[in-house]
Amino acid sequence: MELPYTDPTWNPIFGRLSLGALPLHEGIVVGTFVVVALAGAALLGAITYYRLWGILWRDWFTSVDHKKIGVMYIVLAVVMLIRGFSDAIMMRAQQALSVGPGNEGYLPPDHFNQIFSAHGVIMIFFVAMPMVVGLMNIVVPLQIGARDVAFPYLNNASFWLTAAGVVITMISLFVGNYSRAGWLAMPPLSGFKQSPDVGVDYFIWGLQIAGVGTLMSGINFIVTIVKMRAPGMTMMRMPIFVWTSLCTNVLIVAAFPVLTAVLALLSLDRVLGMHFFTNDLGGDPMMYVNLIWIWGHPEVYILILPAFGVFSEVVATFAGKRLFGYASMVYATVVITILSYLVWLHHFFTMGAGANVNSFFAITTMIISIPTGAKIFNWLFTMYRGRIRYELPMLWTVAFMLTFVIGGMTGVMLAVPPADFVFHNSLFLVAHFHNVIIGGVLFGMFAGINYWWPKAMGFKLDRTWGLRSFWFWLIGFYVAFMPLYVLGLMGVTRRLQHIEDPSLRIWFEIAAFGALLILCGIVCMLVQFYVSFRDRERLRDVTGDPWGGRTLEWSTSSPPPPYNFAFTPVVHEVDAWHDMKRRGYVRPVEGFRPIHMPKSTATGVMIGVLATAFGFAMVWQIWWLAIVSGLALFVTVIGHSFNYDRSFHVPVDSIVGIENARTRELAAGGSSA
Amino acid sequence: MTATDMGQDPDIFYVADEHDHPEGASTMLGFWIYIMSDTLIFAMLFASFAVLGRNYAGGPRPEDVFELGLLALNTAMLLFSSITYGFAMLAMQEDRQTPTLGWLAVTALFGMAFVGIELHEFSGMIAEGAGPERSAFLSSFFTLVGTHGLHVTIGILWMITLMAQVARKGLIAANRRRLMCLSMFWHFLDVIWIGVFTVVYLLGMVGWT
Amino acid sequence: MDVESSHAADPHHEDFAPHGTLKGYLTGFVLSVILTAIPFLLVMTHAAGPATTAVLILAMALIQIVVHMVYFLHLNTRTEGGWTFLATIFTIVLVVIAISGSIWVMYNLDINMMPMPGNEIGQG
Repeated sequence: MELPYTDPTWNPIFGRLSLGALPLHEGIVVGTFVVVALAGAALLGAITYYRLWGILWRDWFTSVDHKKIGVMYIVLAVVMLIRGFSDAIMMRAQQALSVGPGNEGYLPPDHFNQIFSAHGVIMIFFVAMPMVVGLMNIVVPLQIGARDVAFPYLNNASFWLTAAGVVITMISLFVGNYSRAGWLAMPPLSGFKQSPDVGVDYFIWGLQIAGVGTLMSGINFIVTIVKMRAPGMTMMRMPIFVWTSLCTNVLIVAAFPVLTAVLALLSLDRVLGMHFFTNDLGGDPMMYVNLIWIWGHPEVYILILPAFGVFSEVVATFAGKRLFGYASMVYATVVITILSYLVWLHHFFTMGAGANVNSFFAITTMIISIPTGAKIFNWLFTMYRGRIRYELPMLWTVAFMLTFVIGGMTGVMLAVPPADFVFHNSLFLVAHFHNVIIGGVLFGMFAGINYWWPKAMGFKLDRTWGLRSFWFWLIGFYVAFMPLYVLGLMGVTRRLQHIEDPSLRIWFEIAAFGALLILCGIVCMLVQFYVSFRDRERLRDVTGDPWGGRTLEWSTSSPPPPYNFAFTPVVHEVDAWHDMKRRGYVRPVEGFRPIHMPKSTATGVMIGVLATAFGFAMVWQIWWLAIVSGLALFVTVIGHSFNYDRSFHVPVDSIVGIENARTRELAAGGSSA
Repeated sequence: MTATDMGQDPDIFYVADEHDHPEGASTMLGFWIYIMSDTLIFAMLFASFAVLGRNYAGGPRPEDVFELGLLALNTAMLLFSSITYGFAMLAMQEDRQTPTLGWLAVTALFGMAFVGIELHEFSGMIAEGAGPERSAFLSSFFTLVGTHGLHVTIGILWMITLMAQVARKGLIAANRRRLMCLSMFWHFLDVIWIGVFTVVYLLGMVGWT
Repeated sequence: MDVESSHAADPHHEDFAPHGTLKGYLTGFVLSVILTAIPFLLVMTHAAGPATTAVLILAMALIQIVVHMVYFLHLNTRTEGGWTFLATIFTIVLVVIAISGSIWVMYNLDINMMPMPGNEIGQG
């Protein structure tokens, strides 16, 4: 009996790691490394030069303030968006260059396979997820009138565990290699026999560690929303974004354990030679497919529900109307939450479970599109006869509605099992899920970032560059993905490094051009951030309510003070802030009391660093390092539990100082306006 | 006037006379939700055992490797530890520190006995060539039962930590909260064990599918 | 679950889990011992046929899980405004969906895909 871990190159000090693991022979990787190293050195140098380390450490890395943690999540997501998009444009270029006999493009199959695997993993786990979690961090406590989340320390640790997952995944670029088995690493290809190197292990440990962070923040937000709402805010008075966040976090807590378990089983197969998903000795690869989609389908709704929440807030604000059908929106969200557990098999109709099984899951899949459709109508009816202002968030919302409906319809096409036998694993499927993830999740997050940026940062985003980014993204998306629908209908399968039929070239070239347009969209967005920061005085939001908002986050200053609200608000209506403005609410300027707040902590950073070391050790099977870092993690957590003194009171003096400054600002802003 | 009443008074927009929120008011609910998530991890392992647990691949079958006597002893250890943890909680409610610590120690000993018996069983099976790499049945068996054992081990370590904290700080609110969390964790593991001994061992011995 | 009432509105009350009583713990313990002993005896003595035994021991496991939840975990519909109970029901629904769904899907897959000889998938 040969066990996988009896690797002849393994040694006790470095495990499977050796100099040969550095991809020095691959020019593209070396070039990337040089660029990343120079940029990284420049960044570190700049931080040192401007003496920002202390500020970063005290005010950001160790902060337990939900707003700052949220901003850190979004920075992480934007950085990883650039990485994930680099993968995307490399794939588009490769496919455009390798059509026809003799054209091999510039990426060898081995490298191409790593790129499509990394692209999927990074875009879902390290772009979409951190954006969603970051936005919830910034907005949810403010919208429910709370001063922080239920478990502020856990929140900081969750962020650092996500960052650790990112670091482990990024290390694979330069040390060893990444998985070649696609974004879900299906066995038997991801098994030890077919993928004996460290690629799949990087995949597993990057996701395991980030997954623990995500699970913890899921628990945190459920409890925050359930227990910490302002007085008067009943469940049916919560803003829709809070509702969708609650449902998303319920899904996180209910789905991520599944991912953790499945990846653990895959690792046991790989490291201890077990037989869950192998082809021999009773294992069953299809069991992995079954289990991973029990996580995978709810994951889709984990991403899209918060985007639905953003659109609901944006539409109501910019139409200047109460959201149409609040109750139906809530019920639709809850129904989606439950139904999302009954559709997972539609991802593998073709595996041959038979007509009875396929019919059941096809019907549930069609049923779940009903509440989603109801939401679209609610947004349309909110806009109907509203006084719509086409600010940037609203533009993204309208673009979403058009694009997402197309994606939804192709989704229903895929839900028909006989049709799915044709579409399965084709570029049609690739076009479909990019259509819903870009058109739904990403547009939603961009709407949210444009909408809440002034709240988090204190100044609005520049409109001109925002418009440029918007149009490049929108047009780029259609140019890049509509050709893939066509190609998919012609039968082109996904993940091809080389395409033999020369007549298909034009479609791949159009798609590659679309990717270039999206690149312009991303660049414009980065310029938008820079220009807005440079012109922050011009774009300053002194009122705290730049859009004429309806919910509680707009009742406090931009950016909010560390304690969010000097006095906890009392809620009487769904649109609490709108109600307060309408009925002549006067901001209190005296009678402040000390406020109880959590202290900063370095434990989260320590946990993140140790988890990175632990993950790296497990990937390379450096057992001594795994034991040392694992024990250190354990000791850190236990040590933290011996610290009972975790909070302090913000003294009245400093609250008076902050609130008086705001009073002066409001007065000055009022006179100039 | 309580905060709830203010929600009904239409002219009040903020809480003027606010007191600190009690620390840890959310801990119990948060921990319960964590336990629910852990339940789903076990659900996946049970699902794997249910699907793969009959794939013997020509290797040992349940009746070849399971000893019901040992299993009964093990189950008794866990059941005793549940009731002794209950006694520790009763002592805690009466604010009696020494009996609390004593019952916790007894509970930890029962837990250690459970883990010891399980390790004995595992090593015996591996020595007979019925290790986890032999067949899908044994892979899913070792993983499900081993994950439960790992949880019990973590529970014991946590119990020892808490005993140190109670000895140092007494039965203060924070420590009571932690003891209650561990109580949930410990009884939750007993619930999982009911599933394990029924589905894995007893149903396996019955040989009925 | 009454979603209309605010659970967050009560910051002055420390909302701990309900306390157990000696009687409760002992009742739970005695019931658990009985519900553990019967399945063991059924399997050890072969008192009933395999199918009957299987159904009986599964039923007793379910009852014992309820006993533990009530007497040891003090689960009820009032703690934390009913949220723990709601979370538990939701989890049970998901556990049932995931386990029974997996068995159903994989069973149908096995009988439709005709496993190759030597691979014992689908054979009792």
